[in-house]
Amino acid sequence: MLVLARRLNESIMIGDDIEVVIIDIKGDQVKLGIRAPKRVTVHRKEIYDEIRKENIAAMDSKVKPEELREISEIFKKGKDEREKK
Amino acid sequence: MGIKIKTRPFGEIEVTEQQIIDFPDGILGFDDVRKFVLLDAHDENSPLKWLQAYDEPELAFVIIRPVDFMREYELVVSMNDIEAVGADTAENLVVFAIVTIPTNPSDMTANLQGPIIVNPEKRLGRQAISLSDRYSVRHKILEEMKKAAEG
Repeated sequence: MLVLARRLNESIMIGDDIEVVIIDIKGDQVKLGIRAPKRVTVHRKEIYDEIRKENIAAMDSKVKPEELREISEIFKKGKDEREKK
Repeated sequence: MGIKIKTRPFGEIEVTEQQIIDFPDGILGFDDVRKFVLLDAHDENSPLKWLQAYDEPELAFVIIRPVDFMREYELVVSMNDIEAVGADTAENLVVFAIVTIPTNPSDMTANLQGPIIVNPEKRLGRQAISLSDRYSVRHKILEEMKKAAEG
């Protein structure tokens, strides 16, 4: 891993068109500004971890196909109620 | 001509080429699984569907379209995600959310933080990342439906 020391308002470039600026430093929190082309996605890493965790949880909920039929009834009931109104 | 595959919900079945969707980047946590098949539930009218891994019979997600349980839903993802399924706008994409079903199915939740986007024309799919802070990994489906019913 490349490690660089930066001060407030200084920045680094990643490639030619991605700039990361140190906007604010307060205690143990650093605020970063990221200037990047629209095509580049920037997300907090926790988001990836959360989604991965939830995908695995979804896969672990080994619902049986027969059960799914009962669960589908819940939707039908909800829909009927909506139509009644 | 049909292609025979083994599925978790239905055992061995025949599917058509049109039902096979490529996920070039896999799905987070299942990065090596690149091919899925979209299957209706037993009851075709059910909003719940299966996203079955083509090569792994045991691997199948329950999915639902957000519009089938929410009053309103807006797909907010990066251009990068949209281009990854060979589209230039979100307009013709089909959006699904992966459903987590706990022991009490009434508490089932949908993951809107990582929506599954599919370009039916190119049969390309991807788990995108929502840029909207309105959506999280666990939306209670029945509660959302209640809200929708109340208008």
